[in-house]
Amino acid sequence: METYTLMRHFADSWGLLAMMLFFLGVVAFIFRPGAKDAAHQAAFIPLKED
Amino acid sequence: MKYTFEMIVLGVGAFLALVGAGFAQDRLFGAHMWVLFFVLLGGTVVLLRRIDFRAAVAGAAPPQSEYFDEVVKYGVIATVFWGIVGFLVGVIVALQLAFPDLNIEPWFNFGRTRPLHTSAVIFAFGGNALIATSFYVVQRTSRARLFGGNLGWFVFWGYQLFIVMAATGYLLGITQSREYAEPEWYVDLLLTIVWVAYLVAFLGTILVRKEPHIYVANWFYLAFIVTIAMLHIVNNLAVPVSFLGSKSYSAFSGVQDALTQWWYGHNAVGFFLTAGFLAMMYYFIPKQVNRPVYSYRLSIIHFWALIFMYIWAGPHHLHYTALPDWAQTLGMVFSVMLWMPSWGGMINGLMTLSGAWDKVRTDPIVRMMIMAVAFYGMATFEGPMMSIKTVNSLSHYTDWTIGHVHSGALGWNGLITFGAIYYLVPKLWNRERLYSVRMVNWHFWLATLGIVVYAAVMWVAGIQQGLMWREYDDQGFLVYSFAESVAAMFPYYVLRAVGGGLFLAGALLMAFNVTMTILGRVRDEAPILGATPVPQPAE
Repeated sequence: METYTLMRHFADSWGLLAMMLFFLGVVAFIFRPGAKDAAHQAAFIPLKED
Repeated sequence: MKYTFEMIVLGVGAFLALVGAGFAQDRLFGAHMWVLFFVLLGGTVVLLRRIDFRAAVAGAAPPQSEYFDEVVKYGVIATVFWGIVGFLVGVIVALQLAFPDLNIEPWFNFGRTRPLHTSAVIFAFGGNALIATSFYVVQRTSRARLFGGNLGWFVFWGYQLFIVMAATGYLLGITQSREYAEPEWYVDLLLTIVWVAYLVAFLGTILVRKEPHIYVANWFYLAFIVTIAMLHIVNNLAVPVSFLGSKSYSAFSGVQDALTQWWYGHNAVGFFLTAGFLAMMYYFIPKQVNRPVYSYRLSIIHFWALIFMYIWAGPHHLHYTALPDWAQTLGMVFSVMLWMPSWGGMINGLMTLSGAWDKVRTDPIVRMMIMAVAFYGMATFEGPMMSIKTVNSLSHYTDWTIGHVHSGALGWNGLITFGAIYYLVPKLWNRERLYSVRMVNWHFWLATLGIVVYAAVMWVAGIQQGLMWREYDDQGFLVYSFAESVAAMFPYYVLRAVGGGLFLAGALLMAFNVTMTILGRVRDEAPILGATPVPQPAE
């Protein structure tokens, strides 16, 4: 198969799926239990210094 | 300081530039190498004159401060300086379009001054702002000194050398004619080396951080640095005709070349002008209003959604070209989807003021930052709309595009950088406050009014151009010749120069204000109405 066709098919199948799953994983991760507290603390990082 | 190693490197570099000038294969390369020779020779002489043996005699190195702020100070000054240069050249090119007699051949033709303007504002003004603020923010939020010792100096001076080489190259007529990537292969190699050093300094600081969590601003900065490295290297893959010549040919051809260029071009907008400046938003707005960001979790979604989508949006620059239709549609769809993360980020920035909205009235710096975020929202609404193919068939190649770019660049990048500069200068030079807060207010109104004039005029001009180009009579002939649509632009081009002039005037006020603050002066002036009175000593 031509490189172009191969990459084209990879991009709209497994490549797309992998990226989608990674993104959904990120979203799930930041809504995990305890994430709210961690995020609240992280938000104050710039305000701790001078 | 003895600068032994630095002087050897500069001296050898100057010698090699001289050799390059002597053996140059074409006249332009020779001229460019003479420029490089004199710059490097000048640098060597400056270092020679700064040698100081006192520390060596005393036998002790001066104590290191907690943060490496000296390079940030230089970066802030460079940002202001290049900003003035870039805005001034912008007003000049605007006038050149309105009055063609101002094109002074050959060095100051529009074709050469236009890339000088775009590179000066994007890479010199924006790039210095990004390097300076990233060095400041990563040290503060990592609670660690900048990694790599003097690497920060190499990044700063190496980047200034890149700017000088790029700018002089444009005026000499050296270009590889890729928009926003005009410098030829040898200047590209210089930037690659500087950029890798930048990545090492930034990433190294994150790796040695004392703060367990990596604050979201650093994620945006890191995405900006890494992605620009990738874009720069791939888009500039080229084969030089001679290693002592200024001409090179792209590794790609035809539509692949065009797509590579716009994959680069749009992501330069997405990662240089968006991700990097969002990092400023996520640090300097919370600092200036003294409140944490509205939603930290939203900022993380903002980050991932933005970097996942931006990289696909480039094809919208090639609608109705030889690019495959599916790629055009892909670019359009991802551009429209980008609207969501962009507005998520805008809301996050604006709502950081929730409960402190009075600061928009009482603190001109906050007002500037909020206007910047508002322009970010407007530009990221207009952009997706213009990427829709039917809209693009009207807007493409017209001045509407130029108006869109400037509402983003002047409104978003310009104002957020001004806000960051006004925040940084008193902090870096240990001043109680700016020389004049009222001048910030003047700067805000001059800049905002300038942008509104500019953008509104370009909307009218662009839509008129688009409509004139597609006007057919009942026999199927074009109603207007191209030259007629050019002549019709004259009043708009004059008004655009007026808008740009207002913006430049505001920036000149800033330069004065920053200079006075650095000199330690304080202007005797009435406080802004409603501003918090100066805190009294505790009783």
